[in-house]
Amino acid sequence: MIPSIITPELVESHGLTAEEYDRVRSILGREPNLTELGIFSAMWSEHCSYKSSKVHLATLPTKGPRVVQGPGENAGVLDIGDGLALVFKMESHNHPSFIEPYQGAATGVGGIIRDIFTMGARPIALFDSLRFGPLTDPKNRYLFGGVVAGIAGYGNAVGVPTVGGEVFFAEPYSANPLVNVMCVGIARKDRLFFARAGGIGNPVIYVGAKTGRDGIHGATMASESFDEESEQRRPTVQVGDPFREKLLIEACLELMEGDDLVAVQDMGAAGLTCSTAEMASRGGTGIEIDLALVPRREAGMTPYELMLSESQERMLVVARMGSERRVKEVFEKWDLDAVAIGRVTDDGLLRVLDHGKVVAETPATALADGAPVYRRPMVPPEERVDGHRLDLSTVPLPDDYSGTLLDLLRSPNIACKEAIWERYDHMLFLNTVVPPGSDAVVLRLPGGQRAIAVSTDGNGRYCSLNPYRGTVIAVAEAARNVVCAGGEPLAITNCLNFGSPERPTVMWQFAEAVRGIGDACRALQTPVTGGNVSLYNETSGNAIFPTPIIGMVGLLHDVAHATGQWFTTEGDLVAILGETLEELGASEYLAVRLGLVRGEPPSIDLARERAVQAACLGAIRRGIVHAAHDCSDGGLAVALAESCMGRAGSSIGVDVELGGTIRPDALLFGESQSRILLSLKESDWPMLQGIAASHDVPLQRLGRVGGTRFRLQGPTFVIDLPLADLEEAWRNGLASVLGR
Amino acid sequence: MKFGIVVFPGSWSQQDFHHVIVSVLKEDACYLWHKDADLKGSDCVILPGGFAHGDYLRTGAIARLSPIMGEVARFAEKGGLVLGSCNGFQILTEAGLLPGALLRNDCLHYRCKWVHLRVESQDTPFTGRMQRGQVVRMPISHGEGRYYIDRETFKRLVDNDQVIFRYCDERGNLTKEANPNGSLDHIAGVCNERRNVLGLMPHPERAAEAILGCEDGRLMFASILETFARA
Repeated sequence: MIPSIITPELVESHGLTAEEYDRVRSILGREPNLTELGIFSAMWSEHCSYKSSKVHLATLPTKGPRVVQGPGENAGVLDIGDGLALVFKMESHNHPSFIEPYQGAATGVGGIIRDIFTMGARPIALFDSLRFGPLTDPKNRYLFGGVVAGIAGYGNAVGVPTVGGEVFFAEPYSANPLVNVMCVGIARKDRLFFARAGGIGNPVIYVGAKTGRDGIHGATMASESFDEESEQRRPTVQVGDPFREKLLIEACLELMEGDDLVAVQDMGAAGLTCSTAEMASRGGTGIEIDLALVPRREAGMTPYELMLSESQERMLVVARMGSERRVKEVFEKWDLDAVAIGRVTDDGLLRVLDHGKVVAETPATALADGAPVYRRPMVPPEERVDGHRLDLSTVPLPDDYSGTLLDLLRSPNIACKEAIWERYDHMLFLNTVVPPGSDAVVLRLPGGQRAIAVSTDGNGRYCSLNPYRGTVIAVAEAARNVVCAGGEPLAITNCLNFGSPERPTVMWQFAEAVRGIGDACRALQTPVTGGNVSLYNETSGNAIFPTPIIGMVGLLHDVAHATGQWFTTEGDLVAILGETLEELGASEYLAVRLGLVRGEPPSIDLARERAVQAACLGAIRRGIVHAAHDCSDGGLAVALAESCMGRAGSSIGVDVELGGTIRPDALLFGESQSRILLSLKESDWPMLQGIAASHDVPLQRLGRVGGTRFRLQGPTFVIDLPLADLEEAWRNGLASVLGR
Repeated sequence: MKFGIVVFPGSWSQQDFHHVIVSVLKEDACYLWHKDADLKGSDCVILPGGFAHGDYLRTGAIARLSPIMGEVARFAEKGGLVLGSCNGFQILTEAGLLPGALLRNDCLHYRCKWVHLRVESQDTPFTGRMQRGQVVRMPISHGEGRYYIDRETFKRLVDNDQVIFRYCDERGNLTKEANPNGSLDHIAGVCNERRNVLGLMPHPERAAEAILGCEDGRLMFASILETFARA
């Protein structure tokens, strides 16, 4: 039986503290009823309110000459010229994917796509950043398989190509895998839509799938830590229907061609509650709806359930008065429900009726922006003082450098990911000029010479050892990837994945990471246009690596500058921009060879980073660069190997000599930042020297592309392997742990 | 020449075909909505890739019931050119306009990748500009592309020279690794007895511009245009 009086237990089971509940009472000037309690609990959940993260996020740079829309809308918007706008956003679906990997990941894809087309943009590409525990554990294999299948199942059917992303495996993610999905769309700059209700009396129209009991309290679930019982929460995960979403995309974009719509909002987390409250709050209006009009697929649903359901593939639109018929016609053409369920009002209230009787009434802004803001206590973790220290004198040099290289190439974190991305349609729309597998994907834009480059990046291991530096590196590396593909970095979106903010050490990691994003984005002039915070990623007190994921977008003025990481031409010179230091802390090398997660991540100087990127981009724009590849995980040796291995059957060898006085393992496998590997024609070498000198960036000639062997020689080591050996290790690395 | 591209709810390759025909080949193209029984005077009808009606049932099983399919069948009967790629091929087999069926890939998952195809017959309006035995490259992108047909019909298919494309390696050999979905006898594309209806799982529209990696797909469009010019 549903209790009619709010008890402290009921408040607690809704995830509200006693103080928060008092605040609700003082806003309403009375006790809330059950429906109102549910509404407040969802809107004031960490997931919807950002109550723990807000004070930190407010420090981020969000403005720039190209920023049309920064944080606060469904997605960020950039002006990319030619009358076009780039719309992009990243979001997490970690908790649902842990409980039910296929549907959790699938609905994550569906949700982020809706955030893009609600702005009036056609979604053109998806990217996934995934983190799992080691695949040697069957539970992790099950989660990994389910998530990849869910992304494929939804993305392929809905018809938005999945063109990039990355995946990383480490033990802490056994406590909670990460599924972060980014979507990019293209709109005409003069046809953008925003989720701001307006026009008193305008109809509020419900569009799309019918409402059921799925996903009730999804937002609250996503704002709690997990324990052994978490699998019982499967009913809080929604079920996706990519076909209906495809119809929604086409119907909405068709309607947006005309002048019938005022505002559009996805019904995502907290469903009807969030979409009505946020549209009204942003527009400075009220909204009144009658639940009796809401299409539903189950009988007997209560107002509480209707307001909190997270049934997928639903949208709320505000239409112009008089446009109802036209809106209905278009949706009917696509076999979708479209029902006017209410109207825009001038009283600033979200008023919910059931057959004309008021069942909930509260100020809309109190829901959308009135949650308490917390300045939670922060403390650096103790192990930072001692436990993370790395003494390199205790790390013996490897006996067999070739074997170490092959072990690294075989590591699932470095191995070829084709087994994943061949399951995703990554070619639809005929835009994919540089395909998945390179530093950044390049997509050409319609009707012109231009293209965009997109990369996602984030190194949780670095961040666990130094969250500030690790996050600066994530931003720098994402920008470097975009530059290697020929793009000028423009702006970022992000997804910040952390443990429980109620633990001061986690809150400290979070604050440090945000500080890192701010500093790096200011230095690289890539403002933050939005993002998503996912906290409580832990099970029974074991938190994940702090993992900020950066989604960077860049612009190519000429698609002819699109550059891949793969060597193309026999006889080309191989060179490196930047400097290799004796840095092995936090490296994949230490993790693979010795199982060590220790030391400081590599140092980074943002001025040097900018200079290296400028030099690389300058050379690409002069048309002299055949391949450009960021040196990162696994260091220079791995980067060289990756550049050798292009499309199966088209690999090409390299012969390189490395000098220097640092430890040979640091020279080969160290992950010093701000380095880019290049290949070019011998005759263009003087021009490259000139460009590097003009940016004051070190440039070193390493050797030549060609043959069928991978040869890497240094003062005290030689790696000399047939390409076939590299291929065997790298191409099968992922499949071999999956046991296929 | 005017191409009509059928749009079912859930189709997604229609824009790609439209782009290639209009922007690359500078020919005429229009969309044909599945609820309209009208081909708008098209000279060649294309059934594109996608997940028509979500393909929650057998692929193509619902799409074949759309009003436009009656017109497509009548058009084919009169000798009109009909090309089905990917989901379009699946729909043509369900509609009985082509023999056989497309089952779930033998690897049990979706595959999107470039494949090599051996041209088995140039004696169709869609392959006249190719050579028998020629190896061409095109992408596939499907979860249910394993061609299957009963023994007896298969024999008739071979005898009538109705197998038009087979999956092969880069040298034209029918190796097991080169068959991406376990199709019977490596079959990637077939035509009807009259040779005016062609279905194939690969995407010729994705291989029509050098910047995307390969232009072999243009041979198919060029063949259609040549057929039309001669008619």
